[in-house]
Amino acid sequence: MKDHAELSEVFNEDEQRVNWHDETLWFVRQKRDKASHQIPDWEELREAASQIKHNVLSNLADYLEQFEQQASNNGIRVHWAADALEHNKIVHGILKRHGISQMVKSKSMLTEECHLNHYLEEQGISVVDSDLGELIVQLAKEPPSHIVLPCIHKKKEEIGDIFHEHLGSVKGEADPQVLTETARIHLRNTFLSRRAALTGVNFAVAETGEFVVCTNEGNADMGAHLSDVHIASMGIEKLIPKRKDLGVFLRLLTRSATGQPITTYSSHFKRPRPGQEMHIILVDNGRSVQLGREDFRNSLKCIRCGACMNTCPVYRRSGGHSYHTAVAGPIGSILAPNLDMKQYADLPFASTLCGSCSNVCPVKIDIHEQLYKWRQVIIKEGYGDKKKAAAMQAMAYTLSSPKVYRLAGKAGRWVIKHVPFAVNNPLNPWYKHRDMPDAPKESFGEWYRKNRK
Amino acid sequence: MRVGLFIPCYVDQFYPNAAIATLELLEKLGVEVGYPAQQTCCGQPMANSGYEHLTGGCNDLFVANFAEYDYIVSPSGSCALHIKEHLHTHDNEEAATGIRKKIYELTEFLTDVLKVEKLDAKFPYRVGLHQSCHGQRGLKLAQMTELTASPFSKPGSLLNMVEGVELVPLKRADECCGFGGTFCVAEEAVSAKMGKDRVADHIQAGAEYITAADLSCLMHMEGILKRQKSAVKVIHIAEILNGVKESVA
Repeated sequence: MKDHAELSEVFNEDEQRVNWHDETLWFVRQKRDKASHQIPDWEELREAASQIKHNVLSNLADYLEQFEQQASNNGIRVHWAADALEHNKIVHGILKRHGISQMVKSKSMLTEECHLNHYLEEQGISVVDSDLGELIVQLAKEPPSHIVLPCIHKKKEEIGDIFHEHLGSVKGEADPQVLTETARIHLRNTFLSRRAALTGVNFAVAETGEFVVCTNEGNADMGAHLSDVHIASMGIEKLIPKRKDLGVFLRLLTRSATGQPITTYSSHFKRPRPGQEMHIILVDNGRSVQLGREDFRNSLKCIRCGACMNTCPVYRRSGGHSYHTAVAGPIGSILAPNLDMKQYADLPFASTLCGSCSNVCPVKIDIHEQLYKWRQVIIKEGYGDKKKAAAMQAMAYTLSSPKVYRLAGKAGRWVIKHVPFAVNNPLNPWYKHRDMPDAPKESFGEWYRKNRK
Repeated sequence: MRVGLFIPCYVDQFYPNAAIATLELLEKLGVEVGYPAQQTCCGQPMANSGYEHLTGGCNDLFVANFAEYDYIVSPSGSCALHIKEHLHTHDNEEAATGIRKKIYELTEFLTDVLKVEKLDAKFPYRVGLHQSCHGQRGLKLAQMTELTASPFSKPGSLLNMVEGVELVPLKRADECCGFGGTFCVAEEAVSAKMGKDRVADHIQAGAEYITAADLSCLMHMEGILKRQKSAVKVIHIAEILNGVKESVA
């Protein structure tokens, strides 16, 4: 399987497309700046959110039990899933019991993480994603490339082609308004004919047993309200203690995500309507392991706004699919190694550690510091590149001895000056797009000995 | 006040003029500067690659070389930050802790310790100031565009004290250049693209020179400028603040 560097190299073969992708996401970052800079106490809000989540993570078991109790009292059926497979089996079990073979789904990154669609398809159940971006990538048979903007890697002309093939729109139609209307008509029929709807969860309130789903399209509401069975899947870290805490998180979430003051819909689900069944599945899938990793537990504060992706200069120039995991970008790179250190050993290295991600994070996760720490863990656990290990040993040896260092420096400069082809060749990755620095005749150390002592 | 001058390995070997300018500038400002001859590297190239456990030799050397000084000053935000955050040693942790507290990047030292308010230097060019990430977001040398907070820039204020400098406005004031240590070869495609985009921003702004408080970023951008046969040059901020003079060809 290709790693992040190799996948990014493929992405960068079309430079115009990279420019377009970069500019598109930079535009979202600028919208976020504009929205956040209008709130004078923005930095205090971030701190408050971070502290509330700190409380949640420190008392997670208690809040989970409180939530289960309250939700059950409200008539919601609460399920616990230790991992992705158990989650998928629970969903399938509910559908099977009702004899349902078609389900409509609104946006849920957790179900992407659990590969639910694939699992249900194997059981003969069809799933239609109702979020516009999710629908597009589903029709294209691709995973989302961004947690908030799932088809941000696709141009409108490409979406026109997909809709022409699958939804019967006019060939060559690329007007966003027309394409959206095409999807709307297609989805309207889906909403009316599906008896089960699955939604994600943005926040679950321990105090009241309700959960909140934030969407712009209203698709979660349409699906949930028309269904006989509403299933909500949530990671166990999505809890907040009290309803009043929403005042902090709802102000932060969408400003960070897209620069809007708030999503069009912030829907509270507290109890099933008469005749409806409402289920909530609390999913661990590695989260309690991450909670036990002191250096990385703060990553569970994440509210999935995607701001770290939009600001990341690497993400913007490598695309979401280069991260080969459900949650891409900087946050994905600190979450994924917890799930599978070997498979995702490359991701913490897919960063310059510039730190912009940590600055935009609405819950103040120290993302770039965790990337640094994951690197140390991955190398110590033996998942690093063996060739690089030898180079690092040699480098450490050289730099640990002033004498060897001075000799190596002199030799290196001599080579660049007198046999430049030894470094200016395709074996040197630096040289592919960049010239080598000039080699001065003497180092500063040599100059200093002549001129100061 | 005795200041130990820490010249990072690649600056020592490839950019001696920046090191000379740093030394001269500090001397001109009346500082007693020592340069420990046995210094090598801060250890960051290994640590950022996940091999922090191989930096013991560098750490011991650093402590032996610099423990005696009142301050340690370096013309590199990235290396200074690495020492500040990661310098530890088995033999003398007390000395290592002391060093972590008294190491300064050059512009930070000029602004916060020496409290420089005027400089005798002239540089009549249009200059693009690259905010190196580790200096900016790590050492807080300048305000960061992500935050809702008042603007300031230590390197920017110092450059404004130099006669003739015209700072050009960039479209993206603090985006990374893509160097990132071993990232520049391990993730060559993205790294080079980031460098090209950063250079293009300075060029569209009309910069004749790109400057920064970190040479690693400048080395990266210089590599791209030279490949493009651009007339735009890179220059370390110490050379501008010192008034460009002595040079090692």
